[in-house]
Amino acid sequence: MARTYETNRVYELMFIVRPDMVEEEQDKLISTLESAVSSSGGKVKSMERMGKRRLAYTVRRFHDGIYILLTVEGGGALIHELERRLRVTEPVIKFLTVRIDEEQKRLDKLKKIREARRKPAPTPAPAETGGETAAVTA
Amino acid sequence: MADETTATSAPGGHSSGGERPSGGDRPDRGERRPPRPGGPGGPGGREGGRKYFRRKKVCKFCVEKIEAINYKDVRLLAQFVAESGKIVPRRLTGVCTPHQRRLSCAIKQARNIALLPFAGRAS
Repeated sequence: MARTYETNRVYELMFIVRPDMVEEEQDKLISTLESAVSSSGGKVKSMERMGKRRLAYTVRRFHDGIYILLTVEGGGALIHELERRLRVTEPVIKFLTVRIDEEQKRLDKLKKIREARRKPAPTPAPAETGGETAAVTA
Repeated sequence: MADETTATSAPGGHSSGGERPSGGDRPDRGERRPPRPGGPGGPGGREGGRKYFRRKKVCKFCVEKIEAINYKDVRLLAQFVAESGKIVPRRLTGVCTPHQRRLSCAIKQARNIALLPFAGRAS
């Protein structure tokens, strides 16, 4: 079975770093991750700092954490590499990778269906009301 | 008949229905016990059965047309998690099967990244 690696998948990498990590170090960590992404042929679609949050349970004796969200396009090999990096990076206390492109596709499809359903409805409606108002004015 | 039942259940049913998704499982649980097997199929209904009428529960996601159930949306997910951290069953919240499936997936993801607790009110 010849396996070709898909590279057009979109993943969300959410990770929590320890609350006492300073901004510059976070930037450094993020930039190393980004360089890892670009070197394996992926691309970073967006980066978001979700700020400091209270954790729902203690993780490595921390009650708070700084959440960072990275949206990445690439293949499974890239994700494997990123997860390995996160695992060995000491200040990262937790991470989660979720594949989002299929869900996004489903949502887009639903949206399209909904819009298609909505569109035909208003077009006859104005004509009707227009006719009515014309009749009333006449 | 449907109108009649909603009208009669209005005083009691409305208040419990309003705060239904907020996940408070203890206080109003007795009132909203799911129908026993062999019990009335519809809301209330039979003479000699229980006196109160159950308000028809509807799926929040279908009604409000929320399609994206995302693990990051803690506010939304928290409505379907009991105080103890458990996922509230479908029969109590009225969420439809496809949405409950997505919901439980999202809740589990959120638990994994410490957005929601596995058990208890941790803090």
